[in-house]
Amino acid sequence: MTPAQARTLVSERFPAAQIEPPAEGAPVTVTVPPDQWFALARFAKDDLRCRFFSFLSAVDWKDQGLEVVARLDHLDDRVGLMMKTKLGPGVSACPSITPIFRGADWMEREAYDMFGIRFEGHPDLRRILLTDDWEGHPLLKSYAVDTPHPPYR
Amino acid sequence: MPIGNGSSSGSKPGHRPVAVKPPIPEIPAPVWRSFKDLQEWEQLHQERPEGDKHSAAFVSITEGIHSFPGGFVVTTVADAFLNWARKSSVWPVTFGLACCAIEMMATFASRFDVERLGMVPWASPRHSDLMIVSGTVNIKMAPMLKRIYEQMPDPKWAVSMGSCANSGGPFRHGYFVVKGVDRVIPVDVYVPGCPPPPESLLNGLLLLQDQISHFRRTGKRAEPNPKVD
Repeated sequence: MTPAQARTLVSERFPAAQIEPPAEGAPVTVTVPPDQWFALARFAKDDLRCRFFSFLSAVDWKDQGLEVVARLDHLDDRVGLMMKTKLGPGVSACPSITPIFRGADWMEREAYDMFGIRFEGHPDLRRILLTDDWEGHPLLKSYAVDTPHPPYR
Repeated sequence: MPIGNGSSSGSKPGHRPVAVKPPIPEIPAPVWRSFKDLQEWEQLHQERPEGDKHSAAFVSITEGIHSFPGGFVVTTVADAFLNWARKSSVWPVTFGLACCAIEMMATFASRFDVERLGMVPWASPRHSDLMIVSGTVNIKMAPMLKRIYEQMPDPKWAVSMGSCANSGGPFRHGYFVVKGVDRVIPVDVYVPGCPPPPESLLNGLLLLQDQISHFRRTGKRAEPNPKVD
């Protein structure tokens, strides 16, 4: 399978998806609404055979809200799939893809830890890096850097 | 004599189980599940009060000798002797946190050789006099650092090595960094640099030895007496 075929398959299956134009060395970048996030991950694993889950992270676009980014790879062909979904302003809920990719478990916990995104359907959503009594989510742009944290700062 | 308890009933016949006394006081064993448990465990091990470092009898005897006419000669000579002994065998605990520890290891190695100053890098805080905090201290590490410092016997000293331990350094505006290790433990000598070269740390250790030689019988820390080049 080539990246062009992957583009065609995704655009046929998800008409609402925005697919960025092809660029040299760039993966197939697909932006879907949050309600199709789980379906896109299932489609990518079962139909596109992108079985390698690389990473999952998030971006804080301030007024436009949060964006969740995940990267999948095809292990035989040189096809990479970059999945994106914009949650919208003020929304912090996103479907979890942990039932599809087990590797997304800790990545989603980290995204919850740093950005406060609540992944619905995650089996064990709690903080992974920060302490349990930490207040706030530090990678949000609205997080004050000098937030006091007794007794050490 | 009844020995053993219910748990030893399954032992072989003829084998005498050893009676084990329960620990006094009842302190729960440290459980490393999460940070909160560590904080609770920390609360059970409170710091010693400030006046607890010398026994009352020792303080009254030395005060009596010191206030006796001509007695100050005895106490000051004893002070000088003890301080000479203290500064000639400062054993730093090997507590490397980050990249400054590489320079610390270089200082301990043969080229700079702090062992000629009587410093033996020792792997146990219970036998050490000095803690060189070499690296970034974050909020999760600070209670562990404090516990290791509390395990060292008095009198003890601390050297803050590098920008991160001094003030947070380049990570000062990070959300997880303690802005200076002096918010956690008392610090005697600050060594600037990012990272400080071994010569710099060696100079800091010599400053510390100079400071130890002015250590007073009261246990109060002397004012630093910086050498002028």
